[in-house]
Amino acid sequence: MAIRWGNYRVGEFYDELIRVANKPRPAAQEICKYLRNLSDQELVEYTTAADTAIHVMGITFTVYSEEEGSIDRAWPFDIIPRIIEKKEWLQIQKGLKQRVKALNMFIEDLYNEQRILEDGIVPRDLIEASTNFLPECMGVRPKHGVWAHICGTDLVRDHHGTPYVLEDNLRVPSGVSYMLENRHVMKRVFPDMFEKYNILPVDDYPSELYDMLSQLSPRDIEQPEVVVLTPGIYNSAYFEHAYLAQQMGAELVVGSDLVVDDDDIVYMRTVDGLSRVDVIYRRIDDAFIDPEVFRADSMLGVPGLMRAWKAGNVSLANAPGAGVADDKVVYAYVPEIIRYYLNEEPLLPNVPTYKCVNKEERDYVIENIDKMVVKPANESGGYGMLIGPHSTKAEREKFVRLIRRDPRNYVAQPMLLLSTAPTLIGTKAEPRHLDLRPFILSGTDTTVTMGGLTRVAMKKGSTVVNSSQGGGSKDTWIVDMEED
Amino acid sequence: MLSRVANHIYWMERYLERAENTARLIQVNTHLLLDLPRHITLGWEPIIDMLSFRDAFYEHYDVADEKSVIKFMVTDTANPGSIINCLAAARENARIVREIIPAEAWEQINNLHLTAKADGQSVLTRRHRFACLHKIIIGNQTITGLLGGTMLRGEGYAFLRLGRHLERTDMTSRIIDVRSASLLPDLSPEQSAFENIQWMGVLKSLTAYQMYRQEMRIRINRTDVLKFLLQYTQFPRSLSHCLQQMGKCLLELPKSDHIKEQVKVLSENLQQLDTYELTQDNLHETIDEVQVGLVNIHQAINEAYF
Repeated sequence: MAIRWGNYRVGEFYDELIRVANKPRPAAQEICKYLRNLSDQELVEYTTAADTAIHVMGITFTVYSEEEGSIDRAWPFDIIPRIIEKKEWLQIQKGLKQRVKALNMFIEDLYNEQRILEDGIVPRDLIEASTNFLPECMGVRPKHGVWAHICGTDLVRDHHGTPYVLEDNLRVPSGVSYMLENRHVMKRVFPDMFEKYNILPVDDYPSELYDMLSQLSPRDIEQPEVVVLTPGIYNSAYFEHAYLAQQMGAELVVGSDLVVDDDDIVYMRTVDGLSRVDVIYRRIDDAFIDPEVFRADSMLGVPGLMRAWKAGNVSLANAPGAGVADDKVVYAYVPEIIRYYLNEEPLLPNVPTYKCVNKEERDYVIENIDKMVVKPANESGGYGMLIGPHSTKAEREKFVRLIRRDPRNYVAQPMLLLSTAPTLIGTKAEPRHLDLRPFILSGTDTTVTMGGLTRVAMKKGSTVVNSSQGGGSKDTWIVDMEED
Repeated sequence: MLSRVANHIYWMERYLERAENTARLIQVNTHLLLDLPRHITLGWEPIIDMLSFRDAFYEHYDVADEKSVIKFMVTDTANPGSIINCLAAARENARIVREIIPAEAWEQINNLHLTAKADGQSVLTRRHRFACLHKIIIGNQTITGLLGGTMLRGEGYAFLRLGRHLERTDMTSRIIDVRSASLLPDLSPEQSAFENIQWMGVLKSLTAYQMYRQEMRIRINRTDVLKFLLQYTQFPRSLSHCLQQMGKCLLELPKSDHIKEQVKVLSENLQQLDTYELTQDNLHETIDEVQVGLVNIHQAINEAYF
């Protein structure tokens, strides 16, 4: 028998499944018992079964390589699920809805009245200096006042088990296809567990997404034309773009498939000729969507797309300019943003964040840089970060220089002791750090996925969970323990 | 259906068909070579001309001998029309429409490309050549079967078959042309006994021999073989059959009236030929006309849909 929970070291962290060695949390008891009874050979079989399922389903992300152009790799998947009780999840959901609602009001305000800047809650120069603030969007009012239709918010827990929001992704958050596929894999590998537990389903995401997108149609017609705009097969998230298009029954298009005529209407080129497009779920960054307005060298975008969007002839999800609110410096103001627009206390806390733009906070960060995580405002995927406790002296000095040169671009947070969950390493369960990305859809109303994508750092001690940097994933189970 | 997607499906299938038929073309010539008396030297240069690659070939090679021509046509990545490049192009097109074609078909296309890359070199020795080319032919037949057995019958499938039959018409006509061109420039009367054997080689390379015997029930002879390959709509690799199929595909597609008309004219011209009258020169000219017709049809398809 391979997994011995008595040998599992929880240490100073909060573990999602195990309270202390040999004492699983209530919701994890069944699965721990089940895993304990598996032999080494069975564990290997289960892992192989999962890997095969992933291979057969063609779940891939792209790792760039010189020789072959690009290679599809299966993303490491851990068969031990991460379990959250429904009671707790409903609280988190409420907090997420509150947060996204406030963020959408904030974006709408920034591109229109700018009340929040007038009232001095958020400094004006902070917004105007942000590369994510697009003056081209001024005066636009998207349908339902929603700019960030699809939001992926990253949550972590500290060593007390308190959930925090680590960051909001309001531009083109990815990973939802892995959430869906992970569940399919688990159903194949652990069918018995689905009888033992009341696991809430995640499958309806593509229909929810489609419904939300069709609500955005500027034309009031039965079946609006919804398309997914991808940068193409060499993009690392292409699998997801294709998967979502397939699941929604929407057309998967690249920039050159679309054309904007003098009438400011978007059409796609079909074998029958030009055909009108109503809603574009775009998976291309703002800078590339329209060479007429933004980067002129963009081969990925559609010339005239901004014209059509501003004229109200097409809806873009997410709306251009929405990224202004997921800037890591703006993040620090989100609690105040929530209070300002909703007159409510935030239900989900932010990680305490020091804004290097303020002298006092900057000095504190520089003084304590070995205990801090320093993040640039506009990078994603874990690039360009300094993790103080794991850094070398040279790296720390480099970051002090970077902060002094461009303080607006940096924020710092105390190093959080991220929670762990048992992860199968060989045939032993070892604690590995993880986070959680739920997806929030906002249209006429707001829905949150049941759980989300759990990303796990497969390397011992590492807290970097990004797929591009050696992260893996787990299925996330929201279980109802009360209903029996 | 998106124009871009239709275009990729069309070219994916054209490249696959081209790879298969290039393999068949080399098989004909290799067979011929084995059947001929030793004092007749068989040229390989006409193969290059037939596929219109003369300039590209002499850029890289000095002499059009057996080894160079086969290398150029099968494994050379400097030749855009080599089998390996056709399969790579088919794979790239397939990769882009991976979500539209059945998953197994994509896997097979990917495999065929990998196999050709791994064992392509064995084609250079005569002993391994047959097996190597045969693998490519069977590989594409497998893909055709998978697509036929699992793909949704819609515009996508119509574009797929349109590409296949257009390419097949073109390549079959070139394979027939091998016999009319200067492979055997000065066949004296006493050597003409070999001619029928050579026509048999052409039939075999198109997997047409058995079907010819079943249907025509006569000895192999030039007039009837030409009739079978040019005019016989029941044989799936004949020019008339392919054109008929193109007509059917076009029925399923929008805005196709003028393209259908072009296909019809080409088809009627073929039917009106008296194959007895087709001497070598005449045949070559006829095939040239067919190829010009196909170029025009391709252009019309391109303008209408892509």
